[in-house]
Formats: sequence, structure tokens, C-alpha cells
Amino acid sequence: MATLAEPKEANADEAFREEVRAFLAESFPPELKGKGNALASVEGPTKETELQKKWREAMGSRGWGTPTWPKEYGGGGLTKKQARILQEEMAKAGAYNPIGGMGVMMFGPTLLEYGSEEQKKEHIPPICRGEIRWCQGYSEPNAGSDLANLQTFAEDKGDHYLVNGQKTWTSGGQWADKCFAIVRTDKSDKHKGISFMLIDMDSPGVEVRPIQMISGMSPFCETFFTDVKVPKKNLVGQEGQGWTIGKRLLQHERTNLSGGGGLASLMGSSLADMAKKYLETDSDGRIVDAVLRDRIADFEIRWQSFLLTARRAVEESKAAGGVSEISSVLKKLGTKLGQERAELSIEIMGLQGLGWEGDGFTDTELAGVRAWLFGKATTIYGGSTEIQNNIIAKRVLGMLDHQ
Amino acid sequence: MAVLNEEQEMLRDMARDWASNESPVAAFRKVRAEKPAEGYSPDAFQTMAQMGWAGIVIPEEYGGSDFGWMSAGLVVEELGKTLTASPLVATTLAASAIVLGGSDEQKAKWLPKLASGEVVGTLAIDESARHDGKVAAKVDGGKLSGTKAFVHEAHGASLFVVAAADGLYLVEKGDGVSLSDRKLTDQRSHAEVTFDGAAADRLAGGGDDLLDKVLDRARILTAAEMLGMAQQVFDVTLDYLKQRVQFNQVLASFQALQHRMADLFGDLAMMRSAVEGGLDALDGGYGIPRAACIAKAEANRVLHTMSREGIQLHGGIGMTDEYDVGFYLKRARVLEASWGSSGFLKDRFARLAGY
Repeated sequence: MATLAEPKEANADEAFREEVRAFLAESFPPELKGKGNALASVEGPTKETELQKKWREAMGSRGWGTPTWPKEYGGGGLTKKQARILQEEMAKAGAYNPIGGMGVMMFGPTLLEYGSEEQKKEHIPPICRGEIRWCQGYSEPNAGSDLANLQTFAEDKGDHYLVNGQKTWTSGGQWADKCFAIVRTDKSDKHKGISFMLIDMDSPGVEVRPIQMISGMSPFCETFFTDVKVPKKNLVGQEGQGWTIGKRLLQHERTNLSGGGGLASLMGSSLADMAKKYLETDSDGRIVDAVLRDRIADFEIRWQSFLLTARRAVEESKAAGGVSEISSVLKKLGTKLGQERAELSIEIMGLQGLGWEGDGFTDTELAGVRAWLFGKATTIYGGSTEIQNNIIAKRVLGMLDHQ
Repeated sequence: MAVLNEEQEMLRDMARDWASNESPVAAFRKVRAEKPAEGYSPDAFQTMAQMGWAGIVIPEEYGGSDFGWMSAGLVVEELGKTLTASPLVATTLAASAIVLGGSDEQKAKWLPKLASGEVVGTLAIDESARHDGKVAAKVDGGKLSGTKAFVHEAHGASLFVVAAADGLYLVEKGDGVSLSDRKLTDQRSHAEVTFDGAAADRLAGGGDDLLDKVLDRARILTAAEMLGMAQQVFDVTLDYLKQRVQFNQVLASFQALQHRMADLFGDLAMMRSAVEGGLDALDGGYGIPRAACIAKAEANRVLHTMSREGIQLHGGIGMTDEYDVGFYLKRARVLEASWGSSGFLKDRFARLAGY
């Protein structure tokens, strides 16, 4: 009976909450409280301290860094409800998730859907334990928005492929252990000639060159492949299925890039708090600059409605079963708003918000400048806003291909 | 679209079927041509009341269904799509004021009649052309005097929820109440209502901020109507772009237009989230003032853009009375100005957030 089952369910959740609390009390080092690792994806990995390592291993061994992934591959096997409880308790304890990166955000979910049993057993557990860094071999010098124009060629050599070509904008390529790549296995068909394969970054013939960006950082690389041997077992799905699998992965990427994931973590305190710190306020605490005050409120309202949209998409996707084209809408909205927010925060701080390096600026101010500049990438990578508009128009709205 | 329960889905489907079959925009055109005294078809409103729509936020003990605000919003959204002329929003808001602030006696007297549609109620709050929170109307010895500007659905209403300097009052249409038509672009019922020593019955409950609570409900439910309008303009415009041929190709194949529709689609998604967030907040009873600002500010922003783009993307034909799209523009501006312009709402949002 439902009336009896419900309290039991609630008790089970309550018991899980207790389990999480006990785990956090025992395993989360209080010294790491509130630390997080927000800029890791931008700045690259810093040397992991003993405490950080201990925390990562504690989370990894339970699979709680990837809480809803199947237990058989090293995930947490938690229900969505339990995952939310875990998240709530971690937030209360000031604990961050030490397991992340592209393996968690996009490659893992895609491999779980398209990978063979052997591939899942080989690649998913190290992702869950946070031991392997993945990078993305997608864009090429002549395949940006026109991604399917990629030319990196994987020649069939019987028991392996021989890969030649160049990828670019490889995020974190200089630190990555492995690369999931889309490459050409057939030159006669633009889309059906693409395959999805996994390449060890320490294979002979792989060369990585970091690119210095306007932010002064080098989060992206050029990656060159010269006669790189890739075993056949590293082909995901069938030959020629790469475009389908690759696009699926992009849906995961977009969902994460929209602001629910990466971008939000770059954002510090609220704009309102920032404004009260940097701008003149009257005796009631109101910002004296009426124009800026209006623009902050205008932004905050739209930002809230975006967050509501992201939440709504999650709820609706539960019914629909996974990510979808709505990820294009979220990516388009979230990245634009994120940039707008960064611009507004700089305006609020005045020249104090444009410090490049050295004395006279707090770490937060300096990090904010780099994040503002880095943020310009968000409307370009993962499919530019213009590409998202094409996807929305064609796939969601059913408007025809342009001429 | 919010994830709905079965009851809400049934209600939404019923409203959608009724609006598209019994109350398409053609029905609004008929009201416009025939000019009934109430500004809407009383028969149509009776049908709506019989389906239970006037009692959605009224407790069951007073003859309502108490389905909640999300349910009310779903119905209002569907009616907004076809520009159905009805006092449903006005009478729902009047009822909510009584639910929040009325005594048991006041509730027993009015709510069953409001739920059945026998009585139509409306809010009489603002005293100028802009919603600014200023109220000068006064009550002296149970008699209310003051002038209320641009009262929605004043012609069909027999019960007014009137803001006076010291609170909200119920005033019945009759002695001491006079109407002066204010015909606006939406060609719906609006009037200046003058109260000259009209008998007034105070809504004493609901706390000092009863007026704000009622206004928050007005903002959110109005935003639900605006959501239906924006959705319809978008859908109609998209259909038009897929049919209209120029340069030997349908307009929908032009990338310049595709990207504008993608922008509007994103805006519409945000508007829907904001409106549903407001309705959710009302049902959950948390964070209502802030959610109301977000809902109405987003409704104002998106419907404003949508109504302009709707006409532009239709081209010259969108300027004609024969096409419906212009009606949405004319109703949009009226609702944008009601219960808080964008500037007012942003100011209120900032105040609530302490800046």
C-alpha cells in the first residue's frame, strides 16, 4: 500500500542521509572546506596535496563523484533522490566533488551509452576514481563550426588504425592521459566517413603544443598526430558511426557548458553583493547609481529565469530520457548570460576589476579578469551560438536547411 | 512545460480544447463587433464557470476546487492563446483577496458565488495610468471614496476589491459607484471607477501586506495570460514563415530568420520558466514577492519583443486587421503596463534583494 510504502521510503532516504553525514565527518578533511577547485579546468591541474588525494580517493572508492552512474563500472549507483541528498550534505559540509573533468561531464555518459562491455569496464572505473584525464579531439584548423569537415585520417591497417592529422582547441591536451576523438575512416562520405576512437596521449607520434590565449593562459592546445597507432579495440561503436556518437557527446557537453556546470563555478559572489561592496550605497543600502542598479536587477531577473529553465530542463528530461536538443537552448542562453555577468561585474568594479597581475588587486579580482577573458570562449566552443541557432531552427523548430 | 500531475494535465487539455474549439480568436472578433455591455460573452463565461475554472483557487468548502495556482495558470495560459475575452483572471484575483484577507462570514458570502460565476469580481487598485503603489482612496464610517483608474473588467464585475489608504475593502456595484469607459487598444473592458461614499466592507485579515500579496498574485496570473499570448504569436509566426514563399523559397529557409526565431525560442523558454516559477511559488508558499517580480518582468520583456517581432516577421500582412497577430500586440501593451511595468518590477526586485 502506498500509504505504508511512503514512510518506509522516507526512512530509507533518512538512513542514507545519515550514512552520508557519517562518511563526510570521517573522510572530508575540514582543511579543504569551501576550497573547491573552481578554476582547475581553466588553469590546469595544480599539484594535488596529500589531503586532496585522500579526499579524492575516499569519494572515488564509493563512486560518489559520479553518483548516478552504474555501480558495476565504479559509479555510485545512487538514485536521483539519493544523489540530491549527497549534494545537499556535501554543500552543508562545504565539501566539493573532487572527481570531474571531461571524462565525467561528457565522455563517460557517452561511453556508457555507446561503448562495448569491455570498453566500459576498461575506461569508466578510472573516471569514477578521478585517475584519468580525458581530452577532446574534435576541432581542426579547417573544421570549426563545420566540424564534419574534419580531415584527420585513420587508415585501416588490419589490427590497428594509423592516425595522421591535426586537432586544435584541445582543452587540457597538455595534461591529458587519453583523448576521445572523431576521425575520418572514409574519405568518400562527409558524415558517414567519421568514426569515434580513443587515443592514448603518450602514444608515439602524438605532439601537443599549448596555445596562449587572450586571458594569458593556455587552456587549449594544438595536437598533432603523426603515424599514431590506435588499436582496433579503441573504436567506439561501428566505423562510420562517429558523427552520431560525437553529436551525442556534444549534447552532454552543452548541458554542462550552459552554466549548470562549468560556467557557474567560475562565478563568485552574487552581483548584488559585489555591487554593495564596490559601489556607493545610500542609507537604505540602495545602489546610488540608478542606471547600474537597474541593469543589475535586469540581469539578475534574467539569470534567475535561466536557472529556472535549466532546472525545468532537468525535470523534463527525466520524463523524456536523457539529454536532448534542449541542450542547445541552454548552452546558447547560459553562455551569453555568463558573459554578460562577467562584463557587468567588471563595470561594477571599475578599473579595480581590470587588474592583470601584481600588487593592488585581490586574488579574486585577478581571477575574475582571467575568467572574464576566458569566458569569451564559451559562446564559441562546444558549437558556437550561431551553430546552436542552426540546431534550434532545424531540429527543434523544423525550419528548413538554409541555402 | 512544467511536469504536471494527472489532474493538471486533464485541466490543461480541457482548457486547450475549449479555447481552440469554442473560443478561438474568431470569438474575440465577435465580442469586438457585437460589443456586449460586459465586454465579454456572459454565456461563454458561464460555461467556463460550469467547468469549474472560476473556483480553481477557492477552497472546496466554499464551492471551489482548490486545484491551486499552477492549475489556474494553465487555464489562463490557454485562454491567452486565443485572446478569450473573459473576466476569469479578474474574478480569480478578487477571490484570492477574499481567501487571503476575508473573515469566515465574508468568505461564506462571496466565495461560493465567485466560484459559480454568479458574481464577477475585480481588483480596483491603481489611481493613475501607471502602477505606482500610490493609493489616496479613503474610508470614512464604512463609506469609501476615491477614483480608480483603468479597472480591468469593471463592466461585468459586481464586486470590487478596492485599495484604500488603510487596507482592502469589498465594494458592491450599486449606490455610490459609477463607471466611465476607458477604451484601450485591446478592446476589452476597462473603466475609471469612481466611488463616492460607497458602502465598503473591510478585508481585515491577511496581514499588513495583504495588498502586496494580492498584487503578487495579479502579477503572476497576468504573466500566465501573457505566456499564452507569447506562445501563440511564436507558433503562428513560425507557421507563417514555413508557408510564405519569396525568392522561390519558403521564408523559413532563410538563416537570418532562423536565428531570430531561435532567439525568440530561447526567450520564450525563459518566460515559461519564470511564469511557472511564479505559479509554483504561490502553490508552495515560499519566495512569492521575488518570484512575482521575475515572472512579470520576464513576461513583459519577452511578450514585448515577441509581439513586435511577430508583426515584423509577418511583413505587411501582419499590419492588417484580418490577421490576428496585431491583436496580441494591442493586448500585450495593456498587460505590460498592468500591475507593474518592467522598470517598476526591477526596482521592486532590487529592493527585495536589499540593493
